[in-house]
Amino acid sequence: MANVVESKKSCSVNPLKMSQPLGASLAFLGLDACMPVMHGSQGCTSFGLVLLVRHFKEAIPLQTTAMNEVTSILGGYDNIEAALLNIRKRAAPKIIAICSTGLTETKGDDVDGYIVTVRKRKPELADTEIVYVSTPDYMGGFEDGYAHAVTAIVRTLVKPLPLKADQVTLLPGSHLSPADIDELREIIEAFGLTAIVLPDISGSLDGHIPPDWRGTTLGGTTLEQIRAAGASAFTMGVGEQTREAALALQEIAGTPLEIFERLTGLECNDHLLQRLAHISGRPVPPKYRRQRSQLLDAMLDGHFYTGGTKVAIAAEPDLLLAVGSLLHEMGAELRCCVSTTKSASHALLPAETVILGDLEDLERGAAECDVLITHSHGRQAADRLGKPLLRIGFPVFDRIGNAHRCQVGYRGTMALIFEMANTMMERIAHHHATDWPLTPEAMRAATHGAAVRAPESIPPSLAEASA
Amino acid sequence: MSVLLKAKIAEVFEEPGCDINQGKSEKERKKGCTKQLNPGAAAGGCAFDGAKIALQPIADVAHLVHGPIACEGNSWDNRHSASSHSQIYRTGFTTDINELDVIYGGEKRLFKSIREILEKYDPPAVFVYQTCVTALVGDDIEAVCQRATEKFGKPIIPVNAPGFAGPKNLGNKLGAEALLDYVIGTREPEFTTPYDINIIGEYNLVGELWQVKPLLDALGIRILSCISGDGRYNEVATAHRAKVNMMVCSKSMINIATKMEQRWGIPYFEGSFYGIGDMSDTLRQIAKLLVQTGAPADLLDRTERLIEVEEARAWKRIAHYKQRLAGKRVLLITGGVKSWSVVAALQEGGMEIVGTSVKKSTREDKEKIKEIMGEGADAHMIDDMTPREMYAMLRDARADIMLSGGRSQFVALKARMPWLDINQERHHPYGGYEGMVELVAEIDRAIFNPVWQQVRIPAPWGEDGETLEAPSSPVHAQLAGVAAKAMELEPEEVPV
Repeated sequence: MANVVESKKSCSVNPLKMSQPLGASLAFLGLDACMPVMHGSQGCTSFGLVLLVRHFKEAIPLQTTAMNEVTSILGGYDNIEAALLNIRKRAAPKIIAICSTGLTETKGDDVDGYIVTVRKRKPELADTEIVYVSTPDYMGGFEDGYAHAVTAIVRTLVKPLPLKADQVTLLPGSHLSPADIDELREIIEAFGLTAIVLPDISGSLDGHIPPDWRGTTLGGTTLEQIRAAGASAFTMGVGEQTREAALALQEIAGTPLEIFERLTGLECNDHLLQRLAHISGRPVPPKYRRQRSQLLDAMLDGHFYTGGTKVAIAAEPDLLLAVGSLLHEMGAELRCCVSTTKSASHALLPAETVILGDLEDLERGAAECDVLITHSHGRQAADRLGKPLLRIGFPVFDRIGNAHRCQVGYRGTMALIFEMANTMMERIAHHHATDWPLTPEAMRAATHGAAVRAPESIPPSLAEASA
Repeated sequence: MSVLLKAKIAEVFEEPGCDINQGKSEKERKKGCTKQLNPGAAAGGCAFDGAKIALQPIADVAHLVHGPIACEGNSWDNRHSASSHSQIYRTGFTTDINELDVIYGGEKRLFKSIREILEKYDPPAVFVYQTCVTALVGDDIEAVCQRATEKFGKPIIPVNAPGFAGPKNLGNKLGAEALLDYVIGTREPEFTTPYDINIIGEYNLVGELWQVKPLLDALGIRILSCISGDGRYNEVATAHRAKVNMMVCSKSMINIATKMEQRWGIPYFEGSFYGIGDMSDTLRQIAKLLVQTGAPADLLDRTERLIEVEEARAWKRIAHYKQRLAGKRVLLITGGVKSWSVVAALQEGGMEIVGTSVKKSTREDKEKIKEIMGEGADAHMIDDMTPREMYAMLRDARADIMLSGGRSQFVALKARMPWLDINQERHHPYGGYEGMVELVAEIDRAIFNPVWQQVRIPAPWGEDGETLEAPSSPVHAQLAGVAAKAMELEPEEVPV
């Protein structure tokens, strides 16, 4: 029930937020044989690319329309056309996915119109699907860009199909890792259901060694799978950010939906299994009943270290809700919460306020806290404050294995509890003999009026022995 | 684009220190020297990126990016330029403009942002970076900076290099122009010596400058200012009092050297800290020019003696590796000065260069490569290699290791071949005599890591996952035997 406060500063210091096109690109990277393109100057792509590489430690296919001064002013049609033709020739992707940037949005490029024209003028592009999403840098953030991109994929490529009762569509939020997606797919399949995951970075960014070099994405949701989503019996979204795309699926194919505001925690996963049991008509597999019991035990073991811990946390809305709520349930106090943009998720957060701000706001708030939780950019603040940093979200560039960190399902929740508890355990204070001095008042009370006695003399026999 | 910026870019292209430019006709020259980028097939940063790279190492300054969140939010704290003093350069400052700023202009937000930074962080100066969107909507950062300088009494420096102006290299030069226009020559040093030099285009990545500085210190040579690694605003402002300028990193900030020569008559030379021979040449050049500008002549002898000692020591340390690395084939994917300075260094380590990329190299760079590599150098110069070609080359084992920047690392790693980072994201310093030993040691460490044998072991099954043959040794029985022995029991019969 957090109260959302916008930071009043003009200058953002140590940004928490990243741009919409970057989030959109992540969504596009979850499509198989796809080439994401940023319609902007080459720096837009270059910065995003470097950040994605540093987080995933993977080759990232990401192109640019390389806008310059003249094309920025006259409009980028020629650049879009040239980029589409070049990419088709060099990498032959099945899908080319374009997102706009601040530059081209300020100018007002009508990319939807451009694509219609390109289609007419260049019939050789007929074998390539083109998805476009508008993502100006000066609005929203990473999560919003991702959400809009998934919606654009749905709106462009999904058509209604005859119902398949045992197929569900899973829309993961941008805060889910490849391991998170694998975990959820496994859970869904354990009920005898087939999952279409859209987008599926577990196929493309999970860090595997492909047999040959490919210029496009190395896996992910295939074009056929995206189209087949029109036949799903149910849509499950993880995170409020997926509502937009889930509603689009409902509009197009009439698919009923449920948005799980998070899948990190006990109750929300109970609910997920309940829902899957209902859709499939099957009981909850013993494996998950066992895992639930393990999670309960982990919560009991972990609560000693999380209980009463004062937390300063900064993350995008859905991740903030997922991690923040779990910690709250484990007895931690969400003393300082910072997020990037407005979201319905904030209303659910068990904290007093959420500041829409930056890591400077987090650093200030963290002064009275025990631990900082945010992405790798929080390292400077944690250093300055001499407090531990639990890294979550994107980017985590100073740790490896990010693709394989799982924080959803019973198992992922358990893993996160262990990480958090271990972080705190390392900081358990060691006490010293002088840690609890009495107050002067107590000292006076204890000593006042005591008879002054001379030290007792040592008997001669003992004095000799000690000498 | 403002008339001012246009004039600036034309001026940057009018480079007297660049012989290619001087060889061009008037008309050709007007076109500039940046290659037109190919949409859908381009890589690399924009002009803003270049300006930021060039100036951000000035460590006590607040670097404020005026634009939407992408420009700073997606890129801050991503380089390892080291500082021995202030850490404020690592703080990300941005105006993070919103839709209303796009419509009404972001100048007010910029002005307030400058005030907030001065109030909270009190740096000696603020550098304000222009970006695409704010340039397109017409925000006049020069005017805002001027007003802020007057109002707050501190230098607020506009850096006008919006991304769409061109590629990274142009941005380096536009960043340099900002220093020439607003910083260099605005202050006087407390004292000068006949041994004062500036080092231009050295960014002190992972502290590389500190591998070289002790050599200069020992000779009594003072780095009056380094532009911009481990830089201090006040030092850069006094750079015009140096006796000699050394230009590192090829042509990235040549305009500083040429304009300082025009304005203050400071001679410059181009040198490199990479490679043993190059390091020695650099020291000789510095000494020679300092003596020419009035330093006592004994500097020359002292320099020669130092070189002798340092070279002997470095050779001795490299000899240990030379035996192991002799004949190892290196694929070098970098650009500019490194395309040749590292070549020499690797040859010193006994390695063979099977390819060096010259995509970002100047004609001079290419000449240097020919000079160093001798016969057949042309065959090894790669102009534009696609990742697929690099991958094929490594997979077919036509090279033993690839040295490149972080972005292309996966070309090597996915081909299960060793790779070493030699660009800005690296964690090891390779400067001077020390650095070259480090580089050779790192190559050795990479190539001889047993992991390469491990990752090349084929899976004992085919594509379909069917087992090809029965496992060769009865693992169960062996393990049972070991366990039994450990517990002093006789092994049981284990069904295999």
